[in-house]
Amino acid sequence: MKTVLRDLLSRPSGAIGLFLVVFHLVLALVSPLIAPHDYRELSALSALQPPGADHWFGNDHLGRDTFSRTLLGGREALLVTGIATPLAVIWGGFLGIFFGLVGGRLDDVLMRVVDAFLSLPWILKMLVLIVTFGTGAGVLIPALAFFYGIPVIRVARAATHDVVARDFVEAARARGHSSMSIIWRELFPNVRDALLVEGAMRWSWMLLAFSSLSFLGFGVSPPTPDWGLMIADARGYMSFAPWGVLAPVIALSSLIIGINLTADALAKALGIDRVQKAPI
Amino acid sequence: MQSDLLEVTSRTDDSSAAVEPLLQIEDLSIGFDAKSGDTLAVLRNVNLSVHAGDAIGLVGESGSGKSTLALALMGYLKRGLRVLNGATWFDENNLFALTRQQLEPIRGGRIALIPQNSGQSLTPSQRIGVQLEEALQLHTALKPGQYQDRIVELLAQVRLPDPGKLVARYPHELSGGQQQRVAIAMALAGDPEVLLLDEPTTGLDVTTQAHILTLLREISQQSDMAMVYVSHDLGAIAQVCNQVAVMYAGEIMLQGDVKQVLREPLHPYARGLLASIPRLRSEALPQALDGRPPAPGEVSNECSFADRCVLADTACRSQRPELMSLPSGERVRCHYHHRADAIPVTVESIQGARKEVASLTPVVSLDNLGITYHRSGLLKQLLGLEDQNTPTVQAITLALQSGETLGLVGESGSGKSTILKSVAGLLPPFEGQMLWRDNERLPETIKQRSSKQLRKIQIIFQNPDESLNPRQTIGEILAQPLKLYFGLSGQELERRSIELLERVRLGSHYISRYPAQLSGGEKQRVAIARAFAAEPDLVLCDEVTSALDVSVQAAVLHLLDDLKRESKTTYIFVSHDLAVVRSLSDRVAVLYQGRLCEFGPAAAVYATPSHPYTEVLLDAVLEPDPDSKPLLMTDDVVELSPPAAGCPFQRRCPQSLGQQCNRETPPWHELDGGHFIRCHLDISKNRRGMSKLPTVELP
Repeated sequence: MKTVLRDLLSRPSGAIGLFLVVFHLVLALVSPLIAPHDYRELSALSALQPPGADHWFGNDHLGRDTFSRTLLGGREALLVTGIATPLAVIWGGFLGIFFGLVGGRLDDVLMRVVDAFLSLPWILKMLVLIVTFGTGAGVLIPALAFFYGIPVIRVARAATHDVVARDFVEAARARGHSSMSIIWRELFPNVRDALLVEGAMRWSWMLLAFSSLSFLGFGVSPPTPDWGLMIADARGYMSFAPWGVLAPVIALSSLIIGINLTADALAKALGIDRVQKAPI
Repeated sequence: MQSDLLEVTSRTDDSSAAVEPLLQIEDLSIGFDAKSGDTLAVLRNVNLSVHAGDAIGLVGESGSGKSTLALALMGYLKRGLRVLNGATWFDENNLFALTRQQLEPIRGGRIALIPQNSGQSLTPSQRIGVQLEEALQLHTALKPGQYQDRIVELLAQVRLPDPGKLVARYPHELSGGQQQRVAIAMALAGDPEVLLLDEPTTGLDVTTQAHILTLLREISQQSDMAMVYVSHDLGAIAQVCNQVAVMYAGEIMLQGDVKQVLREPLHPYARGLLASIPRLRSEALPQALDGRPPAPGEVSNECSFADRCVLADTACRSQRPELMSLPSGERVRCHYHHRADAIPVTVESIQGARKEVASLTPVVSLDNLGITYHRSGLLKQLLGLEDQNTPTVQAITLALQSGETLGLVGESGSGKSTILKSVAGLLPPFEGQMLWRDNERLPETIKQRSSKQLRKIQIIFQNPDESLNPRQTIGEILAQPLKLYFGLSGQELERRSIELLERVRLGSHYISRYPAQLSGGEKQRVAIARAFAAEPDLVLCDEVTSALDVSVQAAVLHLLDDLKRESKTTYIFVSHDLAVVRSLSDRVAVLYQGRLCEFGPAAAVYATPSHPYTEVLLDAVLEPDPDSKPLLMTDDVVELSPPAAGCPFQRRCPQSLGQQCNRETPPWHELDGGHFIRCHLDISKNRRGMSKLPTVELP
């Protein structure tokens, strides 16, 4: 693990990416303590003011401090995706390894179901769920974990297929180990790296999805600050108050770029190819 | 160094001592830059001259630098390598100093290479004719109108049947041997002055290999072309070459006439190597060569073989010997070459009484076993249609006695590994049954077998890189069977693991290492230890030494033999190498196309092979002896599926009786004491005056 980290930091993409990710995580933790203004503080007089000494990133259409709101705007997204990503990797990874090992008809059927799911646009699936169950972390975490676990099944299954044909799995089978024992002892350690990289990729996709939902008004509800929501609110004034859009956009993209760079460098450090293209 | 080379020159060309070598490697060292910042050499101060008409064999174990040297002969370096010193001279040019453009007409044209796996070197989507045309276009001055004739000529030269039709075929329509012939034809297309061959027959069946080598020998004798033949197999070198250079740890240790080097070599390493090769005519286990070769950079100012050499003393460890030219014409890198003949090159006596162990209690019996990989499609199943496919393996009836080793031999596709898989429960047979001990039925699948039955049968695979999980430490690997079968944990588990490592002659410090940190032989020892951890009664060995170097192979064979005697284990030993099977087996079963041909005590089968296929197989085996030539009794056509009826060998049999062999399944005959063959031929005619052999049921 230590050598992987060292390798990661020795690559420019890894060092920059990891810095960005850590920077955002630290900010999300300490932002309530360092935010200079109350994110709810309205002021009709300072609405859409340009950046100044007191309000570094200017003010939004309700006169709220954009800098404070940008600082705080990633917390909800990071919390939701931070919980949903490991869940997605765990259930998708387990199912993928299991079907990769078992194979046969059951595997064929499951993969067609996966294909069917993947052929639907994610936003449609999310909106159906939100319309049915409402929004909030209690719905979004399981929903994101479920939908984003499906592509993980594919990756885990493909990685398992490479391993399952090898003699050490055959040897374990011949000794009479149970399927669970083979999955845990023989397969998982060899699939782990691919899952780690895939998890990082899923995380960046999920962040983008969460922000899109907020942008559409289905994610975080006002007045809680959120980058997606902030972009939606400030969009109408973009021609004369661009700072309102720029600040959350830069924040969101720097986080996603950071995650992608890290995933990229991680894949190289672990010696596996990039699993899927990055969202941006 | 220059005088050194001239001496060799004068020897190889007696008539014209002044003849310049075609290709000359001069004091060449090649190395790479390690992560630590050091430059490590993989070739050290190599001198080699190649003259027109020479056939030089470069022999060595994996990592000896023989392939690097062969590629250096055409001025090529693998990625990461660089020339540290010296040059390759061809036509008064140093090949390493030429540009790509300058090298283009030389490589492939004047110096051609035949790589190891020709199936991979041919383009799968292009017809044979097109690929040969490309070679002619690049390397000859022929006009397009002349291509067709030349292609047919080339294909005929490499003895391919019906060249006119063959040009329209794709590579996948050809057998491995035929693909290798096409690769040879491609290399010959440019009329090369030097032909480099990198393990050209490795991976081919024995009969195919014998055919290719015969072809190569003929080509080299008929033309003035020089050949450099790289191989780990002294048997193959003996067939084709007239000179041999023995490589070890990046150095030429010994070079000389093939007869001298293969009979009475003057270097301790060459002698050890010869003694480690199992021989067809010897029942004895080959002599193991202990230790391992040094890694690049591990030795500098000492003899690189000193650690494994019985003659080594302080002089060897403090001074690197020069490559000395001897009056006999050999070149040798050893301080004590005059004393080397004290080391035996063959093993005469049988160590221990191997034969005594076998008792007459059966361990496992296979009764009329039939196995198929074919699964009928869903539609056929629904319509209830019969399958027309002939099964991969059929009518296997064998009984194993406790403590014996049964050798299972045959070419690739003969079904030997398939049978092992069925016994291990990995591949359920579709007919027949297996019995364990005293008529206790052995269920077909792993799920149906009891934990005890699973424990008693263990399997060891061919390649330890595949059979050991790269993400587990050796301790974790050994813990699997110990936990599963004996429920061991904590100190008891560790104590037992260390005990197992010591039984396979590995130290306890291996327990925390990963497989990647071990050499091939060490890894296979771990795989053996894992099998013996279960305290099995029957161990299935699937080509367990095929992936190993020959000196390591000998040590592993010794280990298996020792373990068998200590634990009274029974082995089924599968191998394509008939000499290896001979050295370990008590009884031998010969398989062709998944059917038994001959079965009996090893001594009897090897002394009087009676089935035509066994004869063909044994006659095609290569011995590391320049005077023994393989006999080619049948063509090297590879059959993809067994015939629907009659004898499995009917299509290739040199003594086929025609209709009878094609239609009727031959009966079993007993020749003498437990030696059975399955053939229609009247064996009594050409074998000891036995008349009318009775038809028998196998016991």
